[in-house]
Amino acid sequence: MMSDVTFDSIEVGDSLPALTQREISRTTLALFAGASGDHNPIHIDIDFAKAAGMPDVFAHGMLNMTYLGHLLTAWVPQSAVREFSTRFVAITQIHAEVTCTGRVVEKREGNLVALEIEATDQNGEVKLAGKALVELP
Amino acid sequence: MIDRTFIGRSFAPLTVAVEAGRLRAFASATNQRDPIYRDRIAAQAAGYRDIPAPLTFLFTLDLEREDPFYFINEMKIELARVLHGEQAFTYGAPICAGDEVTLTSTVEDIFDKKGGALEFVTLKTHATNQLGKDLGTMTRSIVVRNA
Repeated sequence: MMSDVTFDSIEVGDSLPALTQREISRTTLALFAGASGDHNPIHIDIDFAKAAGMPDVFAHGMLNMTYLGHLLTAWVPQSAVREFSTRFVAITQIHAEVTCTGRVVEKREGNLVALEIEATDQNGEVKLAGKALVELP
Repeated sequence: MIDRTFIGRSFAPLTVAVEAGRLRAFASATNQRDPIYRDRIAAQAAGYRDIPAPLTFLFTLDLEREDPFYFINEMKIELARVLHGEQAFTYGAPICAGDEVTLTSTVEDIFDKKGGALEFVTLKTHATNQLGKDLGTMTRSIVVRNA
């Protein structure tokens, strides 16, 4: 994918185009378990989740982190991404509709741009609070 | 309490193939619409050797073991008490379909908070490919709910 984002074209405070994902269903979690190899039953087996003291299954943290990754690679080519990290702030419940947002917080020497990124649910509750460092042309 | 002597310990390395079919399944499961993540021609047109592995895929590669939860089980942690606390990646050379990736994981730290009610394990994984190229690292922190 071609990107027209360059170091000179962006300013601190700029926002990345937000990305809203489809609702996380039980099917989403089953397919992600299979595709990602994360078979932890707490995400796909309600009996196991309840026995662990949870009201229901909940989304894999890595599913939402992958959605945050989509936010980055929809903005710049993946090869521009040097660092990407997140804290999993809160559990993402089943049926959540996650929106990923990000903004430029710093421009550094070496054409590096620091971003703060976030995944929130349909109620505005922050689920993932992350950072990324991208190197722009 | 998790045995603190695990700090600094490395686990057996894993070498795993990056399969195009698996990358397509991952793209489908995560609603990835960009064609470079499923189509070799599109990926090559974008400058990749082959379909690139997405930014979080190293985590998936490390799960390709007989026991995907190897470090959790070796440390005798109960899986039902585990939450994912933090995850970080740094990137080196791109990972593409057809690559053979070797992952080596080391326990960086184990500590507790709230009088042991919560324990934290930080595991750092280094990745290289079949050409010996550095693919970067991932660092995961898990939280164990003891209370």
